[in-house]
This record gives sequence, structure tokens and C-alpha cells, in this order.
Amino acid sequence: MNKFSLADVNLWYNDFQALKNITMDIPANMITAFIGPSGCGKSTLIKSLNRMNDLVEGCKITGNIMLDGEIIYGNIDVNLLRKRVGMVFQKPNPFPMTIYDNIAYGPRTHGIKSKFKLNEIVEKSLRDAAIWDETKDRLKKSALSLSGGQQQRLCIARALSVQPDVLLMDEPTSALDPISTSKIEELVIKLKKDYTIVIVTHNMQQAARISDNTGFFLLGELIEYGGTGQIFSVPGEKRTEDYITGRFG
Amino acid sequence: MRSRFDEQLTKLNDMMVEMGALIEKTITLATQALKDQDVELAKKAIAFENDVDQMEKDIEALCMKLLLQQQPVAKDLRLISTALKMITDMERISDQAADISEIVIMMAGAPYIQEPEKIPQMATATVKMVTDSVDAFVKKDLQLAKNVIEYDDVVDGLFDEVKFRLIELMRADNANGEQCIDFLMIAKYFERIGDHACNIAEWVIYSITGKQVVKP
Repeated sequence: MNKFSLADVNLWYNDFQALKNITMDIPANMITAFIGPSGCGKSTLIKSLNRMNDLVEGCKITGNIMLDGEIIYGNIDVNLLRKRVGMVFQKPNPFPMTIYDNIAYGPRTHGIKSKFKLNEIVEKSLRDAAIWDETKDRLKKSALSLSGGQQQRLCIARALSVQPDVLLMDEPTSALDPISTSKIEELVIKLKKDYTIVIVTHNMQQAARISDNTGFFLLGELIEYGGTGQIFSVPGEKRTEDYITGRFG
Repeated sequence: MRSRFDEQLTKLNDMMVEMGALIEKTITLATQALKDQDVELAKKAIAFENDVDQMEKDIEALCMKLLLQQQPVAKDLRLISTALKMITDMERISDQAADISEIVIMMAGAPYIQEPEKIPQMATATVKMVTDSVDAFVKKDLQLAKNVIEYDDVVDGLFDEVKFRLIELMRADNANGEQCIDFLMIAKYFERIGDHACNIAEWVIYSITGKQVVKP
């Protein structure tokens, strides 16, 4: 089953065309990786999936992006869209508040007031993000006191707290050490049971390790999209082969 | 951008060529020893086995290093995994050439009942298969690899001819039995060498195309 269906998506930042005729399906409960050299459009595309590009001035998009069969660039509540499609960024960006409040922030803005209910959500989100054991005794401490890797898992917990369907991750481990990276990778693999995950990564081995499908982008075009095993062992396109083997990029 | 990796891959190619040349030499020596009933030559062929074993270990170590350091993907990954698989078959080929030489040494006491004419033909054919299969790897020559697989029929045909001839000899005189069985084993070893060359060619095809060869 497809979570997202993209048809003929074109995107411009003023005169610059950042995405060209992107047509692809992103299956539910799988990890889809976007790879490609800097400036290829992969981050632009991932941001289009929850309309984060709306905030960029001069950004214009044509074509169709459907989430569960519903057009997301139509007349829909963008806040609700972003609740369903959460995002984790390259650098951990916890709010300057307590660990507890970081997680409770989203649910509160969506109207949950019950202390009991919030406690439940905080614990579940932290557990799902594999950081409960490290934080359960310091929930009232500042989130900024956590290590980089812990902060990133906290941000994942924060994204999970509003019970999204999809988790978008834009280079979520590029600022982390190898141990934190492998913790996030294990977590992502565990999460795909309940969530659809789209990840942008510059780390080829990471894409090969964790993703089910991989899309290779170049100069705004989707050059090749298929099973990760296939892309990394027998890519169909010479440009994909040249990029992943380090012959250009 | 990746010149060091390319240098290491060239080195891998060179080592594969060297190992190929070694096993070719081992088979040729064993064949000559068989023709001339030359025990010294047979011993020399057996001695080559250590060099081949060492070569296998060296190539294996280089491949492991490349997997670790370069984390290869796509055709690089296929090339290195192919090399790793190939050297197992190449080492088996050298074992079989040594086995042939050992039989030659055992048979040295008595003259041949009959010149084993088809067996040297098998030897020539298998040497060609081995050389071509390693060449196909080095030159990334798909057609050459396919030719090797087809050529196996020639070796199998020769084996059948040898076998029937030996059966006839055994029927003619029971006393021929022992030597006939020795010759049959030698022929079987050559036939197996052909099979190993086929395996190598199949891996080369995988390396080039990414598709596993489906065995009939």
C-alpha cells in the first residue's frame, strides 16, 4: 500500500527549478531513502511532503502529492498534515524547556490537557524512541542537558508524540557519533512497523543498511528508484552507479 | 576522486592474473608429467600447490581489506565478491592438478598399456577454460565467459570418450584394471577442473551483469 503518491511534481524557488517531473510512490511501513549529491533536490522533496516549503518565499509547486489518496496541496489543514507527517532534522533541535515539556508540547497544542493522558504520551513516546531509560529520572531537567545523540532521539520522541503516520528525516545522523548513529538506525528500523519513514542521507552505507527502497536524485530529477538491494548491487542507470561508487558527486 | 581504490582494484586484477598463471602452470606440468611418466615433474607440480594456497590467502586478505576500507557497492561490490568466490575454485583446480600428479607418481612403476591420447586433449581443453575464465574476469569480457561455459561440453565429451575406451581395455584384459582406474580418476579430475572453470565463468558473468547464471 502506498502512503504517498507523487505525480509530475515540479518545484521552483523563484526562477530556479529545484524538482523536475518527480513521479513516485512511497510505500507505507517501509523506509524510503533519498540519496544524491548536494543540491539535487532530495531535501526539497522531503520538505514538500509536509508542505514545509510553504514557508519559503518564491516557492511554487505544480503536480500532485497525495497522502493516503488525498491531495495535500489542496484545501487541507496544514497543521493537521504536519501532525500526520512529522519531521526530524539534521541537527537535534530540542526546545529550550524540560524533557517532559518538549514531548508534551505537541499534544498540548492539539488540545490534550489531562495530566494523566500527557504522562502516558510522554512515556510512550520516549519509550518508542528508545530513550525512556536514559530520561525517566530526569524528565524535569532541561532537554539541552542531553548529549547530541540523546537530543536527536528526544526529537524523534517529540515527533512521535502527536501520533503521526509518517516520519520524515533529513540527514538525522550526520551530526552524531557512530554509537548514536547506530542507535538511531536501529530505532528507525523498529519504527517502520508503525510508521512510514522517508530519510534523506548522504551516508551511502546508511541507506544500504536501513532502507527498503532508495531513490537517487540528480539536478532535481529522480534518476532511479527501486529496491535498495537492487540499487546498491545492480543499479540500472550509469549515473546511479557512478554516484554510489564515488566516481562523481 | 577514488584513485587509491582504483589502484587497489588494479592490484587485485594483477594478483588474479598471477594466480591464474600459477594454476595454469600446475596443470601443464601435471599433464607433461603424465605424458612422460616423469616423477620429478609431477613432484614439481605438487610443490606449486603451496604457492597457489599462499596466493589464495593474499587475495582473500586484499578483498577483505577492500570490503572493510572501501565498503564497495554496485559493480565494485560484485567484482570483489566475485574475486573471493573465484579463488576458491582456482585453489580447488590446483588441488586437482596435484591429485593428478600424485597418481602419476603412483603409476610410475609400470609402462602404460596404451598411450592416454585423449587425456592430454582434456588437459589442453581445461587449461584453455581456466585461462579464458580468468581472462574474462580481468578484461570483463562477457562473451569469453559464456564461451568457457559452452566449452565445458567439449571436456565432458572427451571424458565420455576416455571412459568408454577404458571400459573396453578392462573388458579386453582384467590385468588392465588397476591402470584403467587410475586413468579414469585422472580423466575425472580434468573433468572437474573444467567444472571449476565453469563456476569461475559464471561468477564473472555475475560480476559483469549482476545476474546469477541459472544452471540447467
